[in-house]
Amino acid sequence: MAVFLELLVNGISVGAVYALIALGFVVIFKATEVVNFTHASLLLAGGYVIARLHPLIGFWAALAAGIAAAALVGALVEFLILRRAHVGSRGVLAIVTIGVDILLTTELTRRIGTEVLALGDPWGDRVLRLGPVTVAETRVVALAVAAALIVAFLLAFKFTGWGVAMRATAEDAETAALMGVRLGRVSLSAWAVAGALAAVAAMFLCVFPTPGLDRGTAAAAMKAFPAAILGGLDSTTGALAGGLIVGVTETLMSGYQSELAFLGRGIGDAAPFLVMIVILLLRPSGLFGTKEPARV
Amino acid sequence: MSEPTPTAATPGRDSPAAGTPEPGAPAPSTPAPSTPAPSTPAPSTPALSTPWPARGTARPLRAVLRLAVLAVSVMVSVAVPFYLEGFWLQTGLFAMSAAIGAIGINLLTGATGQLSLGHAFFLAVGAYSYVFLSTDLGLPTPLAAVAAVIVAGVSGGLFSPIAGRLRGAYLGIATLALIFVGQHILFNAEPVTGGFNGRPVPPMELFGLVFADTPELVVLNVPFGSLERLWFLGIALLAGAAVFARGVLRGRPGLAMNTIRDHEIAAGVMGVPVARYRAGVFVLSSMYGGLAGVLVALVFQQVVPDYFGMLLSLDYLAMIVIGGLGSVAGAVAGAAFVSLLPQLLTRYSDALPLVAEPGSGGVSPAEAARILYGAAVVAVVLFLPGGLAGLATRLGRVRLKELRWAKSAPAPASRR
Repeated sequence: MAVFLELLVNGISVGAVYALIALGFVVIFKATEVVNFTHASLLLAGGYVIARLHPLIGFWAALAAGIAAAALVGALVEFLILRRAHVGSRGVLAIVTIGVDILLTTELTRRIGTEVLALGDPWGDRVLRLGPVTVAETRVVALAVAAALIVAFLLAFKFTGWGVAMRATAEDAETAALMGVRLGRVSLSAWAVAGALAAVAAMFLCVFPTPGLDRGTAAAAMKAFPAAILGGLDSTTGALAGGLIVGVTETLMSGYQSELAFLGRGIGDAAPFLVMIVILLLRPSGLFGTKEPARV
Repeated sequence: MSEPTPTAATPGRDSPAAGTPEPGAPAPSTPAPSTPAPSTPAPSTPALSTPWPARGTARPLRAVLRLAVLAVSVMVSVAVPFYLEGFWLQTGLFAMSAAIGAIGINLLTGATGQLSLGHAFFLAVGAYSYVFLSTDLGLPTPLAAVAAVIVAGVSGGLFSPIAGRLRGAYLGIATLALIFVGQHILFNAEPVTGGFNGRPVPPMELFGLVFADTPELVVLNVPFGSLERLWFLGIALLAGAAVFARGVLRGRPGLAMNTIRDHEIAAGVMGVPVARYRAGVFVLSSMYGGLAGVLVALVFQQVVPDYFGMLLSLDYLAMIVIGGLGSVAGAVAGAAFVSLLPQLLTRYSDALPLVAEPGSGGVSPAEAARILYGAAVVAVVLFLPGGLAGLATRLGRVRLKELRWAKSAPAPASRR
């Protein structure tokens, strides 16, 4: 039971981190209807800046710099490339983001090389004991920060002018533009926000129990894709739910690997995708996604 | 390379239309299927609205030109194994395999607008099925190759509940599951896949000719090893794959596919069975993937799971965007670009600035190639809609266009 509880808590906290990534993904999709495959490299960029700067300026300043850098990269991608690409379908734009991702990921993994970069976080490998359950402190912080950020964003979507502009754009971009919403600003800010969230997520993905930032970190970011999809691409609640489902599934499957030996080694990595397929079979627009009322 | 090979199908189709040059005369013998203009891979075809005379005068010339290009390319591709060394033959074979796979994904993503990140999975299915069927089940190798393509198609069909229902982004990410689940199976189903180290690939044996080095064969004083022999197999497979895809794209299925891409609801209203078409194209595209997998396995002589990962899928998407979405020529051009670039950079790394030798710390040729074609994808979308194939068509059409538009009308409405 203790093992189960421990895994569950860990799963929820990893899931909260995935939810952060998925939230950025959903924000971009809502604002621009583009599926952003650059997300993995935004995350890598944020993590890389933190890892390189923390010996020079300390962890907190490096974290701020990393967040700013990832937000800047996101904004630049939107401003320099997507805004200028006049293509018919959103699918082609998705492939453009794949091109950008190839570019950025190659350069960043080349710079990282075979190293494993520590992030110099203040939590180290301390653990918290709550009765029979032992949880890494980093996990608790991750859960708290992710929850705070997600709540902040949900509130911002509801009550700030920016949030209203964003929702109006998601609803009907043309009408929103006619009502005075500046679409360019909306999508630029969406990309910047997504970058910033990705950098925060990168930080939590690379601290204890993970050894640090290495070239495999981008692959971890891939798990946010099923999270975003199974919740529903255009739903912030969905991103939250999807992140938690993916995180818990992955952690439980890895934790009980010895019992699940018949499924093969490393089932934890494939499990989120299997769950995604099952959910999509039942609900093709995800759990909370808007169904497109298209019938012929 | 061998881009022009698909033209084999064209002269026959072009001739009836060329015989009716009267303006406004409808061509009763050639209804809907022949309407897409020849050599027009671009999504919407401005040539549809062009008056007949301009086309009529251009056609015989173009047909002759095409025949010439075809003849030259056949001669070159036959001559290549006699002159080039193994390295280039292998590179060429990779490009051919990539071209077959790219044609497949271009049918799906380019022509039908269904984003797929799972193409590498079907290459893996093809490659591993070939090995399994020929080694473990003892099927004759040509039969095993055909069966492997069918197995790839069936596995694409098994995915059709998803492929037929999900749209755009949802489908793209759902296909990502194929990669991750596929990798999991490849690493873990060791009795079938050989696990991490993969399995050796038995050489193909066709009508007594073994596609391997061992029974020595010398043609015109050139020793014919496995690469030289496979070269001709690759050319034949690519030509067949290209001609078939061209037929699909130019016929009714192609029109239906393009309509689904442009407007799914409109397609449904006009009577296209949308879900069935999407699932069908998915199966066809996975069969192309399977064929590419078989060929690449024959060239590698060893299948390993690492090769069939996420990156390969991304490469294929890069290929079709660079080459040009929705056309056979585009797929072939993009495949050639993406698979030749790293080899060229590796070969000439010491002569190039900014590219370091592998392992010396700088930008390695493989990395430089990835960066270059990542940038190429972006550049093509920004500056060159239609890709390399679109560029070729546009260059070829410039003079015609001048003739056509000089007198009256303004330029044709921009594409969407």
